[in-house]
Amino acid sequence: MAEPVIIVGSGLAGYTLAREFRKLDKNTPLAIVTRDGGAFYSKPMLSNALTGGKSPEQLAVFGAQDMATQLQAEILVRTVATAIDRDGKTVDILADGATAKRSYSRLVLAMGAEPIHLDILGDGVDRLVSVNDLDDYARFRSELVRAERIAVLGGGLVGCEFANDLCAAGKTVHVIEPAHGPLQRFLPAPAQQAVKEALEQLGVHWHFGSMLAELHRDGESRRAVLKRADDSGEHIDLDVDLVLSAVGLRPRVHLADAAGVQIARGIVVDRALRTSDPDIFALGDCAEVSGHVLPFVQPLMNAARALAKTLAGQETKVTYPAMPIVVKTPACPTVVLPPPDRHPGSWSIDERGDGIRAVFNSPEGSPLGFALTGAATGEKVALAKVIPGLLE
Amino acid sequence: MAKWQCLVCGFIYDEALGLPEEGIAPGTKWQDIPEDWVCPDCGVSKSEFEMIEIS
Repeated sequence: MAEPVIIVGSGLAGYTLAREFRKLDKNTPLAIVTRDGGAFYSKPMLSNALTGGKSPEQLAVFGAQDMATQLQAEILVRTVATAIDRDGKTVDILADGATAKRSYSRLVLAMGAEPIHLDILGDGVDRLVSVNDLDDYARFRSELVRAERIAVLGGGLVGCEFANDLCAAGKTVHVIEPAHGPLQRFLPAPAQQAVKEALEQLGVHWHFGSMLAELHRDGESRRAVLKRADDSGEHIDLDVDLVLSAVGLRPRVHLADAAGVQIARGIVVDRALRTSDPDIFALGDCAEVSGHVLPFVQPLMNAARALAKTLAGQETKVTYPAMPIVVKTPACPTVVLPPPDRHPGSWSIDERGDGIRAVFNSPEGSPLGFALTGAATGEKVALAKVIPGLLE
Repeated sequence: MAKWQCLVCGFIYDEALGLPEEGIAPGTKWQDIPEDWVCPDCGVSKSEFEMIEIS
């Protein structure tokens, strides 16, 4: 029998690839190695599950057994891939303290990204958590039962979404962000202002220009010491019960790197999602596709469809059309299509009573990106059509 | 009128509202949406039961 295709990772990237592959190839053996429990869940829903009334158990729409049946795949749960032998085409796996070797015909790395951990001083860091998968989320929800005051580190996409969800669920929420507005990487100033005000109205306390420096135990609660990002020496203390860190992600490249597969910010792949080793592929949050690291759903769905074809024998390049990012902040619906990094141009901003329509134009006047809030989010589809894709 | 939610990304299709910007009129039932329609947020297709009825 042919050696299997092995996928490392059972997040959206790994499972979507497996599903797309099975549509095209019902016979090649398929194995999925996952360090978690192998449940299928929607990661974007983690940051709105509280107000959505969903428990971690309900988020797990299919268990590993169901997935194994649906995908006709062997799913190795609570199993870590520890090393790749590229010459022998095997991967070392570790489960329950025992190691084994598995042969592959093609290996796919769909390992996701690691939350960045800040160095926080103090004996209260036991209450500092980050949420990047369903296991994390289940722990977070169990901590949340006895937590009323939550500090969120980072006013980016994930931080704003969680702040909205926690606040709407009745928690007291503080967001600590070194920049001077929310979603600073994505939004022009007036749109930042709209998100800031809407969340403020909901009850979110913003601490811009600030960073968490220390977290100390204070009986059952925790004392967070915030210092100014400009090093002015000022600091304030906040009493909180739990701190959620959402300061960014770093692609998981260690396994590829240790095997001598080329990495940069992510695992370097071409448009066929192929790494520097012709039998090893990568997609999703761990991959750097033709220079792009895009930890969002739509790019990985496109990558999964293309890679499924390539693995099934029809070499296919991924295309990235203009892919708007929906920010799940119901207090201020927001959609953004970030313009290319450091591209010259300027924002043209139309502030209306019920929302903001901001379009980023090149010096020649062609639209390259946009940010929409409120009622203007309805223009997402029409605007995305006139903006060039990243990889066409 | 029901609401349907994408299992992958959480996008909600509300039959009462439709998706006028995509040419789907308010009041369009889920079963009347074309089979080649894809989730506007993540691109999964209608035909794979990836939308679930939530209310």
